[in-house]
Amino acid sequence: MENETVQNTLQKLDEAGLSIGEARTGVEQMIAQSHALEAAGHAATSGAPFVYYLAIFVMACFVGYYVVWSVTSALHTPLMSVTNAISSVIVVGAILAIALSTSWAATIFGFIGLVLASVNIFGGFLVTQRMLSMYKKKN
Amino acid sequence: MAHSFATFAYLVSGVLFILALRGLSHPSTSRRGNYTGMIGMGIAILTTLIYAVPSFGSLVLIVLGLAIGAVIGAVIARKIPMTDMPQLVAAFHSLVGLAAVMVAAGALYSPAAFNIGNVGSIEIQALVEMSVGVAIGAITFTGSIIAFAKLDGRMSGKPIVLPMRHWINIGLGVAVVVFVIVFAVTESHLAFWLIVVASLALGVLLIVPIGGADMPVVVSMLNSYSGWAAAGIGFTLQNLALIITGALVGSSGAILSYIMCKGMNRSFISVILGGFGGESSSPTADDLGDRTVKQGSAEDAAYLMKNANQVIIVPGYGMAVAQAQHVLSEMVSVLKKSGVTVKYAIHPVAGRMPGHMNVLLAEANVPYDDVFELEDVNSEFKQTDVAFVIGANDVTNPSARDDKASPIYGMPIANVDDAATCLFLKRSLSSGYAGIDNSLFYKDKTMMLFGDAKDMVEKIVKSLEE
Repeated sequence: MENETVQNTLQKLDEAGLSIGEARTGVEQMIAQSHALEAAGHAATSGAPFVYYLAIFVMACFVGYYVVWSVTSALHTPLMSVTNAISSVIVVGAILAIALSTSWAATIFGFIGLVLASVNIFGGFLVTQRMLSMYKKKN
Repeated sequence: MAHSFATFAYLVSGVLFILALRGLSHPSTSRRGNYTGMIGMGIAILTTLIYAVPSFGSLVLIVLGLAIGAVIGAVIARKIPMTDMPQLVAAFHSLVGLAAVMVAAGALYSPAAFNIGNVGSIEIQALVEMSVGVAIGAITFTGSIIAFAKLDGRMSGKPIVLPMRHWINIGLGVAVVVFVIVFAVTESHLAFWLIVVASLALGVLLIVPIGGADMPVVVSMLNSYSGWAAAGIGFTLQNLALIITGALVGSSGAILSYIMCKGMNRSFISVILGGFGGESSSPTADDLGDRTVKQGSAEDAAYLMKNANQVIIVPGYGMAVAQAQHVLSEMVSVLKKSGVTVKYAIHPVAGRMPGHMNVLLAEANVPYDDVFELEDVNSEFKQTDVAFVIGANDVTNPSARDDKASPIYGMPIANVDDAATCLFLKRSLSSGYAGIDNSLFYKDKTMMLFGDAKDMVEKIVKSLEE
């Protein structure tokens, strides 16, 4: 009778040990998973962007190469004035410098940049428009 | 606005910019392309405003800045004569360059606005990207100002060759690299401004030794630089619209430089090293020796062209300087009425920038399907009765074909000497930009018409109408 009780107890202890082991592996797995998640999150926020932006930059260089070769030579001057206008999209940086500025120096630099880029945006697109409106077909 | 949505909107405006350039593949789609570009720019600006949510004071400042730029830009765009397009484009490049410097300075003094850290603890990567953008921007700024001054005649087109200039340039280049390293490690504001100063000086020194004849390459090259500067800033700002645009503009300028170099048979390196071309030296009548020139009058020219089946016109920058394109277009319509086929042949480097001559002719109401690239019509000179060269010189010089010692040897030229008669409208017998005598003037089938291009063509029109 006593023997039986002892054996029962031992068996239960064994079972308890097994469950503890299972729990341990479970926790270990959880920890491993959370590490992976953290790593993924880390990659998404800081490590990857440069490569990501570089990839877009390189692709855009190729796109630019093919698109510009398809431009007819008669329109090379408008091409230059329009590329000039679109490169003034740097105005985005100037607006950010003013809107989110934390120092008066940044506001001033941003404002100068904004005026310069704005001259270019309006001047560039309008002069391109003026040139393109002159290209006519034989009537 | 969520960051991811802003990123998406910037991507859209980048794609619209690609479509804007795509539209330029044909004159009929080009205007729509330009509108697409405007929409892309509008999206980029609006997205930034919505994303940044400026305070009322900042918003007023932003609107004010945009308005000042809009007024100046619109007035310039409306007033500028088409002959001055090269100067205008050079001036615009300088603005992009300076704007890049200003935005980088803004990022340095207020890094939190660009999500790149705080003053004193900006990420190294952002510092490197920023300094690349600022160095190229500063070079573009002063380089374009010099190009503008040369093209606008405010400065001599002659190459200014400093002694030891290559060593000075290399020294400045090394200095810029050293300052960039110091700046990236220490985030010292002094180092930043030293990068700016050294790059500004480098921009001047790179462009002053380049002669007037090579200006089309310089303008294209600066176009390319302004793109790379924008892309550099785009990396700092992690802004897709800027990165895509920078890449587009950078490759566009590089391709145009390549086309211009090929059109002159000059290597890009030799253009950069400079010292070639400048003001033309004109041989006086005494230098002619026993060579004789056949001189004709406007009446002779009118007679020849009226009785021709086909006339090919080879215009050069001299035509634009004399403002003769309008009366030339009038002459062509009179000739066409009497059944003469007339074509224009455009040399790749005619004018002062890529495609300049096409714009000038378009302004004078010349239909674009009358205007041909030189290589497309060059074989037709053999079946042409009259080749009419107006204000061009070097691009017709046969020494580019035959004389290995000539500085322009290998440059593609218009084969005007294949035509039955070659009419040469010029002010004098002076040599062209490259400073080389043109043997074509002394050939039997060449007839020289001396005088101002506009006056002479007016006289021809008068005599054609009689």
